[in-house]
Amino acid sequence: MGEEFRLSVWRGDPSGGQEVEYRVPGETGMVVLDALQYIQHNQAPDLAVRWNCKAAHCGSCGAEVNGQPKLLCKTRMDDYVGETVSVKPMQTFPIIKDLVTDVSWNYQVAKEIPPLDPMYPAPFQMQQVDATRVQEFHRCIECFLCQDTCHVLRNHEGQQQYFGPRFMVKIAEYEMHPIDGADRLPLLADQAGLGMCNVTKCCTEVCPQHIRITDNAIIPLKERVADRYYDPVKILLRRLSGKKAGPTQTPSRSST
Amino acid sequence: MGKESYESLDYDVIVIGAGGAGLRAAVEVSENTGLKVAVITKSLLGKAHTVMAEGGAAASFGNVEAQDGWETHFYDTMRGGHFINNYRMAEIHAKESPDRVLELENWGAVFDRTPEGRIMQRAFGAHSFRRLCHIGDRTGLELIRTMQYKAIHTGIEVYQEVTMTKLLVQDGRVAGAFGYLRSDGRFVLFRARAVILATGGWGKIFKVTSNSWESTGDGAALAFRAGVDLMDMEMVQFHPTGMVWPPGVRGLLVTEGVRGEGGLLRNAEGERFMKTYDPERMELSSRDVVARSIFKEVQAGRGSPHGGAWLDISHKGPDYVKAKLPGMYEQFRTLADLDITKEPFEVAPTCHYTMGGVRVDAETCATSIPGLFAAGEVACGLHGANRLGGNSLSDLLVFGRRAGLGAREYLSQSVDWAQVDESELDAEMDRVLEPFHRPGGVNPYHVHEELQAIMTEHASIMRSGDVLQAGLEKLLALKEMVPKMSIDGSRVYNPGWHAVFDVENMLLLCEGIVKSALERKESRGAHWRTDYPDELPQWQEINFVESFDGENIRLRTEPVKAMPENLTKLFSYGKAPGLVAREGKES
Repeated sequence: MGEEFRLSVWRGDPSGGQEVEYRVPGETGMVVLDALQYIQHNQAPDLAVRWNCKAAHCGSCGAEVNGQPKLLCKTRMDDYVGETVSVKPMQTFPIIKDLVTDVSWNYQVAKEIPPLDPMYPAPFQMQQVDATRVQEFHRCIECFLCQDTCHVLRNHEGQQQYFGPRFMVKIAEYEMHPIDGADRLPLLADQAGLGMCNVTKCCTEVCPQHIRITDNAIIPLKERVADRYYDPVKILLRRLSGKKAGPTQTPSRSST
Repeated sequence: MGKESYESLDYDVIVIGAGGAGLRAAVEVSENTGLKVAVITKSLLGKAHTVMAEGGAAASFGNVEAQDGWETHFYDTMRGGHFINNYRMAEIHAKESPDRVLELENWGAVFDRTPEGRIMQRAFGAHSFRRLCHIGDRTGLELIRTMQYKAIHTGIEVYQEVTMTKLLVQDGRVAGAFGYLRSDGRFVLFRARAVILATGGWGKIFKVTSNSWESTGDGAALAFRAGVDLMDMEMVQFHPTGMVWPPGVRGLLVTEGVRGEGGLLRNAEGERFMKTYDPERMELSSRDVVARSIFKEVQAGRGSPHGGAWLDISHKGPDYVKAKLPGMYEQFRTLADLDITKEPFEVAPTCHYTMGGVRVDAETCATSIPGLFAAGEVACGLHGANRLGGNSLSDLLVFGRRAGLGAREYLSQSVDWAQVDESELDAEMDRVLEPFHRPGGVNPYHVHEELQAIMTEHASIMRSGDVLQAGLEKLLALKEMVPKMSIDGSRVYNPGWHAVFDVENMLLLCEGIVKSALERKESRGAHWRTDYPDELPQWQEINFVESFDGENIRLRTEPVKAMPENLTKLFSYGKAPGLVAREGKES
């Protein structure tokens, strides 16, 4: 390729930082992570950037390229010919150093989700059409770009109210599993904060795995919650019969 | 240097490594046992190299071809490994892998289905029957994510982004491990009554590799320094099909599933060259054979434009390709501007797997140091001279569990925590911090690049005595650079610092690889010597075992364990055992 690329990389720590410009020799098919590795190997060995597989399978290298949440290993430098490519860490999570952020909150949330509870032990009888529906959710590589872009988390710091799109996908994966017997609707209606999502689909747009997060996970879950707790006919019947909603209590805020 | 401080944590068991084997081991030691368990990982949870496995997990359910059974899986594994495998490991693996796969299904994995609604199985190289349980071409992702979510609900504690620099042994048994947290550079001591190593392989010793940055052999090197034996180190697998173009993705894996689903290999002349090398199994021959065949075609001047072969799956149609190989479709579309549903693409061998490693007991995964266990790619024995595709994911599950059971049994003898030698820790902290105090020294990344260049030139897919010997001399010279590596900056998340220890570990293991490669004077499985091109019966009787005294690697031979009669009988029919019952015995 021959030409030179210019990158402006955010360098710093929790106390602050600034963008530093680097120049990198171009190569055919180069991705942003290649350029950063060149910088790391030759110009700044202490440049902090997470990566593992460099094949878009592991979801380690999420960052913001020219303001867009992207996987660094999948973002081509030749998409930005003639531009200075700005690389910044994900803005929703606390900075550790340079492009590396503290994503530990996500791993805390993961523990809150009740795992699959099969109605009978494997081997399961399951048709491919039913498998296909949940397999979409299994494509998630936990890059947390959806969490990064979700305005509930990003702009309103709603980490106490909403698990975020990644975990709506995880819950949908279990809830729509044909053999699962657990009930996660009370969790969704309450602690997981499904109601916080106002369906702007930003998460779907940034998903590198092309999971239709909003349409296929969040909206169907919202429908289930609405059906359980907010169906006016059912509310009336419940009032008449004196029964409570579903197998558990009507949602009420509990400590998280 | 001033005295450094460290944090001290006590656990019954620590598991080092959080790929499939580590997580499976962690579940076995922590679930309903009351044991305090920590999993320590070099990267974030769920990112380990297991995530990159694509094709599937081998388990002889016979859901698609009913003749399959453990006997044939065992038979294929031993033949694939050219009979220097630990037969008992191969037997346990073949017998237990179906249960381990079903367990995954219970824990949330959703495999592709047959029309009857059972787990779908695909064909793979050198498996006699359709045996690989899979989810499109992202089976490793499914395995690690399932294990990750299972494990975090069993009460384990996870320490992410930790570099372990030393395994602690006291009074002849394991005492724990020492290292630092990458996020802030603080030292941490994990005292443990038992330690399970599940740190994976060392594929980063080559530049052209399918391995992620983590595969630097840390666990094997730590154990080697602590006094554990390594075995079969000469056996390094080259996967036949890595990406070739563009340069940045060279080596990236193209799943064997492409050939499993019907992909065809052709040379520059359009010829299906596998008919020359293995007319019976063609594209679905074992990995060592296919990789060597591509290499030979390129050498003979029949390579593709960037030095590989053409792989073509376009005849299966776009819908089928996108359903069964969605990751491959996406990978080529975004990284190589190429539509694999419409055109063939270039592939060439890439370093993929290390069959050698820590020598373990087949039943318990115990090493020669009491309290230390090893499972997965870091361990050795199951795969012999060549691993079959799909046998790695099942290996992780079967022996991850076995290592966990082994550790539990060991702890049931009420073993207490071993003492830790404070002066040893002080010396270790000084050693680990030294690279900060060598201004203007050698860049560790450049040492790594040099190491890769040496291994590529001298100990790659094609080997010979003189070339290996010259490589050994270069490696020994490069070792002189180790005490000169230096880095700038702080201890906070400093990748250059981390690279220093990766490089030290890889250098030690590379020396081991070249030394045993020099001694195995024949060609067997992945080990191809042009000066000894034939597979020779006398070498089938031995494994090369290496020990390290802190200065030198010592090499010795150990006899390959002989199979009992009920197993040797399986090789007497002239065909796969599963075909015997159906077609009757030949001869």
